[in-house]
Amino acid sequence: MSYELIGISVLWLFLYGYLIVASIDFGAGFLAFYARLTKQDHLINRLISRYLSPVWEITNVFFVFFYIGIVGFFPDTAYYYGSALLVPGSIAVILLAIRGSFYAFENYGSKKNIVYLFLYGATGLLIPASLSVALTLSEGGFIVEQGETVSLDYWALFTNPLSWSIVGLAIVSVLFISGSFLAFYASRAEDHSALKLMRNYALFWSTPTIILALTAFIYLGQHNERHFQNMMDLWWLLALSVAFFMIAMWLLNNGRRYGLAFICIMLQFFCAFFAYGIGQYPYILDPYITIQSSATSPSMGFALVVVFIGGLCLLIPSLILVFKLFLFDADYVKGKK
Amino acid sequence: MAIDTVLWSRLVTGMTLGFHVIFATFGVGIPLMIAIAELIGIRKKDPHYTLMAKRWSRGFVISVAVGVVTGTAISLQLALVWPNFMKLAGNVIALPLFMEVFAFFFEAIFLGIYLYTWDRFKNPYIHWLLTIPIVAGAGMSAVFITTVNGFMNQPDGFVMEAGQFIAVNPVQAMLNTATFSKVFHVLSSAYLTGAALLAGIAAFTMLRKGVSAYHKKALNLMMAVVLLFSLLNTLAGDVSAKFLAEHQPEKLAAAEWHFETESGADLILLGWLNAEHEIIGALHLPKVLSFLAFGDFNAEVTGLEEFPLDERPPLLVHYLFDLMAGIGFALLAISFLYFLFVFWKKRNELNKWLLRVIALSAPLAFLAVEMGWFYAEIGRQPWIIRGYMRVEEAATSSPNVRILFFLFLLLYIVLGIMCVLVLRRLFHNNPAELEMEKWIKEKPNQSTEKGEPAR
Repeated sequence: MSYELIGISVLWLFLYGYLIVASIDFGAGFLAFYARLTKQDHLINRLISRYLSPVWEITNVFFVFFYIGIVGFFPDTAYYYGSALLVPGSIAVILLAIRGSFYAFENYGSKKNIVYLFLYGATGLLIPASLSVALTLSEGGFIVEQGETVSLDYWALFTNPLSWSIVGLAIVSVLFISGSFLAFYASRAEDHSALKLMRNYALFWSTPTIILALTAFIYLGQHNERHFQNMMDLWWLLALSVAFFMIAMWLLNNGRRYGLAFICIMLQFFCAFFAYGIGQYPYILDPYITIQSSATSPSMGFALVVVFIGGLCLLIPSLILVFKLFLFDADYVKGKK
Repeated sequence: MAIDTVLWSRLVTGMTLGFHVIFATFGVGIPLMIAIAELIGIRKKDPHYTLMAKRWSRGFVISVAVGVVTGTAISLQLALVWPNFMKLAGNVIALPLFMEVFAFFFEAIFLGIYLYTWDRFKNPYIHWLLTIPIVAGAGMSAVFITTVNGFMNQPDGFVMEAGQFIAVNPVQAMLNTATFSKVFHVLSSAYLTGAALLAGIAAFTMLRKGVSAYHKKALNLMMAVVLLFSLLNTLAGDVSAKFLAEHQPEKLAAAEWHFETESGADLILLGWLNAEHEIIGALHLPKVLSFLAFGDFNAEVTGLEEFPLDERPPLLVHYLFDLMAGIGFALLAISFLYFLFVFWKKRNELNKWLLRVIALSAPLAFLAVEMGWFYAEIGRQPWIIRGYMRVEEAATSSPNVRILFFLFLLLYIVLGIMCVLVLRRLFHNNPAELEMEKWIKEKPNQSTEKGEPAR
């Protein structure tokens, strides 16, 4: 396997990792705000802040990691995406900045400020929306290249149903993933009232998630025939994804084994996300950038893979330690430690 | 003069980095202070030091949050605002950028664990051990990112062919000739600034509320660190000057207003230039520049006139350089004076004037960091990769960058104000002495505190 293929696979895996951890985080922010509005915050706020406080920084790193990785392995992406995404990218940066710092202000600094909570909740939905623009761009047709200048065709972007369905999908899946994770966390904490609330959120958001996933898929077929056909060839991955979704729904509905239900949801997104990614091969940005044409020099690719393996040897044990201390330590989750 | 997109791009990046460097310096410097305080607290069984570690880490996490988000901003701006730069240089600098993220990842993981496991372990040393990956991660991310800056000053480890970098050797690019002096100077000044800040806070509190045991210990400890790192930082500055003289003479010449190549060159302090580029009202130290640059009073120093007009850095950097170096020496003098008073019993080291000067040294240290970075960056103009790519070839051509400048400006103003307000609230309403009393009362049933953040 060539290093650029290893590179893109690993990066895609990291993007998937970010999708899961960030969804939990983004959704939790919104759910906390929503619970405050509906006066149910006493049920879940402690739960959310207990999980999020030790890990919020890690979530952010996942994103930077993916981003630095992709411009490292494929410097051309920096040129095209960088030029085209100047505005949406900067907006995402500003939202991330507001969110990250206000989380810290709220949780480590002063307590119980509704403005902070609103900013935290609202940005939690706006960030996935603004980040998903990059995904839409990769389908091609939204970037105009005139001589030396690369720019984004906003009109095409805003009038295209594909971009809106991707934005919608990003938002509802954030809420779905987050709700089901927090239901699992609440069940570990044996916090029954929070569990009930979170289970309802998860069940509620499951329907729009699957509907919008289908819608986005259909619009993708109209927008990018090649990508659609490639994904159809991977029909078994998509079928697996739907199967995992059904199992997760059945488990959530029966109200047992929330851990397994969350794993099924992770697998559901894993299958769909990889079917999407493999189907896009060999393009990173249709039709300007392919994986082969934009790869960095072989020596740099090799160095990056080496550093990557070395880094993982440090990271994985540390992440396991975090999980042991804050996620699977029953006493901590219940609030006794 | 109309401001074009290139200048707006420079302004956006300069502003982001100027804001980020405050919090990045916190981020590198403070963990070491926390680690030192906690270790002394455990060894001496003195709860004052443990409280110091707790209070500092509480303030630290607020500043880290701002550091993280502005760091994310700058890493994205690299591609958003300088797409051509990343397209060309991405082939060479991807490795250190990637390693920087790993180091930061590592730090983030252990910072989360550290904050939430006070008193969770029976052996206090285990909790202290968690500070090691934090200090190391913070230091290493500074090292890696500084190698990128070193590369932009002294490009190395590639062959240029038809506008592309080929035959790339990423490790050689990282270990370019600028790296050592830069890393040394960045680390020593970050630790110096962190200590100066904490010493300044202790001095300021004692000025307002009188001397207390807690603050006296904090001041003593931090002044010792200031003294140590002032010495190292002076050495690092000297190493940097010698590096510049050899490899980047135009930067040193611009900083010193040294126009004509000559041996036994004078060092010029302050002053100003008239229309004919003659220096007025400056203090000349004969032959000192030659000594500074080569360790020899009669060595020949290259002047600015050796370089074509369009490759000369702006002459304004002279003031930035003087200010940075002046503050560096002032910090060394202040810490030296403090310990002179401590050991010479006739003088009280906690007298009002000395405390005032120490309190003032905290903002001065940050000013020096800013001035140093502005000198290093403006002194490299007009190049973005010295000798290979000019700044105007690298910037985005999108006119939207002007609007973004104001958006980011607004963001940093809000973040800066909020950060100060939150920190004030965190410490103002909860003085150390009060917390100490509460803490001692609670000590018998300490288990209630387990796993909670240190508040």
